[in-house]
Amino acid sequence: MIKTTAQRIYVALIFIFLYAPIATLIVLSFNASKTRSKWGGFTFKWYASLFEDEKILQALGNTLLIAFLSASIATVIGTIACIAMQNMKRKSRTIIMGITNIPMLNAEIVTGISLMLLFIILGFKFGFMTILLAHITFNIPYVILSVMPRMKQLNPSTYEAALDLGASHTQAFFKVVFPDILPGIVSGFIMAFTMSLDDFVITHFTKGAGIDTLSTKIYTEVRKGIKPEMYALSTIIFVTVLILLLLVNYAPKKKQDTAAVK
Amino acid sequence: MKNVLVNLEHISKSYDGQMVLDDLNLYIRENEFLTLLGPSGCGKTTTLRILGGFETPDKGRVVFEGADITNLPPNKRQLNTVFQKYALFTHMNIAENIAFGLKIKNKSKAYIDDKIKYALKLVNLDGFEKRMPNSLSGGQQQRIAIARAIVNEPKLLLLDEPLGALDLKLRQDMQYELIRLKNELGITFIYVTHDQEEALTMSDTIVVMNQGYIQQIGTPERIYNEPENAFVADFIGESNIIGATMIEDRLVEILGARFACVDEGFGRNKPVDVVIRPEDVELTKNPADGTIQGVVSHVIFKGVHYEMEVQANGFEWLVHSTGMFPVGTNVGIKVDPFNIQIMNKPESEDEEAVGVNE
Repeated sequence: MIKTTAQRIYVALIFIFLYAPIATLIVLSFNASKTRSKWGGFTFKWYASLFEDEKILQALGNTLLIAFLSASIATVIGTIACIAMQNMKRKSRTIIMGITNIPMLNAEIVTGISLMLLFIILGFKFGFMTILLAHITFNIPYVILSVMPRMKQLNPSTYEAALDLGASHTQAFFKVVFPDILPGIVSGFIMAFTMSLDDFVITHFTKGAGIDTLSTKIYTEVRKGIKPEMYALSTIIFVTVLILLLLVNYAPKKKQDTAAVK
Repeated sequence: MKNVLVNLEHISKSYDGQMVLDDLNLYIRENEFLTLLGPSGCGKTTTLRILGGFETPDKGRVVFEGADITNLPPNKRQLNTVFQKYALFTHMNIAENIAFGLKIKNKSKAYIDDKIKYALKLVNLDGFEKRMPNSLSGGQQQRIAIARAIVNEPKLLLLDEPLGALDLKLRQDMQYELIRLKNELGITFIYVTHDQEEALTMSDTIVVMNQGYIQQIGTPERIYNEPENAFVADFIGESNIIGATMIEDRLVEILGARFACVDEGFGRNKPVDVVIRPEDVELTKNPADGTIQGVVSHVIFKGVHYEMEVQANGFEWLVHSTGMFPVGTNVGIKVDPFNIQIMNKPESEDEEAVGVNE
């Protein structure tokens, strides 16, 4: 009895430490008073003024567009890479898998600076395209990480069975392999989308002047002095990412259940 | 004699320098139930995959109804495969699984529906159209895999150890089902297994393989009763394989005693191997009635018969008999001349693998 109470208190403490900062941020985003130290009543006005700010909306547009494009392109490239790896011998597959994992563990600042240097050497003009390229690059490993386990679960005979029944290679892939790995592809896409959405460091080094995503926009605004609109914006980003993460965790399971009932 | 449907001519295949098949020649007749039998790694599955189009031989040709199909992809071949682990499409229901091949060939909906009904009836699973593969037992999934293959009306059905994952009782039921299906459909079956009992039960012809070579081709009776070498004798059923000397035609010396036999043409005083099946060894109560004498050293009750081991002239004879002699009894051993099978003795390990191909 005492033991379980102690356990609960311990877990509660962990969650308080983890979520207290975010909770503070969310509370402050609804604070009518401009000073942080005083509660001036509940308000939506910071959210309202946020959506009137032309530059912030522009940054939001860039962020969503880059997240969508980079996640889509990375999903296609990552999935194709998984198909190739699946057909490799075990040894080369392990090596390639290890290499694709390194960028995920690598410090973001190193990835950001290396990409910046590469773009300079190649003579690219910094802007939307360089951000997009950078995001595709760091998103591919996440897609592979999510699709590969699905790929390994596949019974290799199902593809051959489709060929045997008269399907061409393309038909066999889209009718038999694709539906089986689709949950992995979807969660890979959402993961990539999330990563792109909240990236700051790599975007900061590859964006150049005149273009901003939400994270870099918040950074520049905060340097000028913290405006309560930024609390509202951060809250929106947090909630969006949270929803996407919940989707990743629960969407595939639900799908399987309905398939079984049908 | 029925027409030849498929001809494998001088097929060789190696992986990473490892020879899997070496100059294999085999023909399969129409409406034949042919079994490729051998231990794992003997090349039987590779042979099947070459027939299915999933592997290309390094050398040799596959001839199907007179046409060379060696390089034809699997989706263009008039044959279908039943895979070892069923390979059903788990995101489709049973009807969609069975309809897969027919939809690809753009058959009409009425035709497809008819075929699904017919195929499910054939494998005794009427009314399973809407079920999902994962809700079926292993035996049922196997039947669906067979149904999915035969609706395409293949001339040749390839089966890769299809009963390997089923339990004994179900396996025996499925063996009868397969024989019935083959007779009803009139298509040729090529069946791969390492289970000698399965092979003996179902086949018209058995091809015994080892290390990439065909050891013997024949009817189940012939393979069992007249194995051509020690490998075949040992692999098919239990047997006493004893080194012996052929004294002259129809007389062989086994463990120092002379036995009459029916084989001729091995020459005089030639070393040979003899095979005597355990059920062909007769024990006599009076030791003097036997050709050689021994002592019972071991008895196990097996249900249908007793399995006994008899020490005689330095060899442990395996005996199956319905009559039992207790351990320690002195007995005589007799063998009917007709039941002594003489085989050429291999002179090296290489030769042992090559067997009848030489």
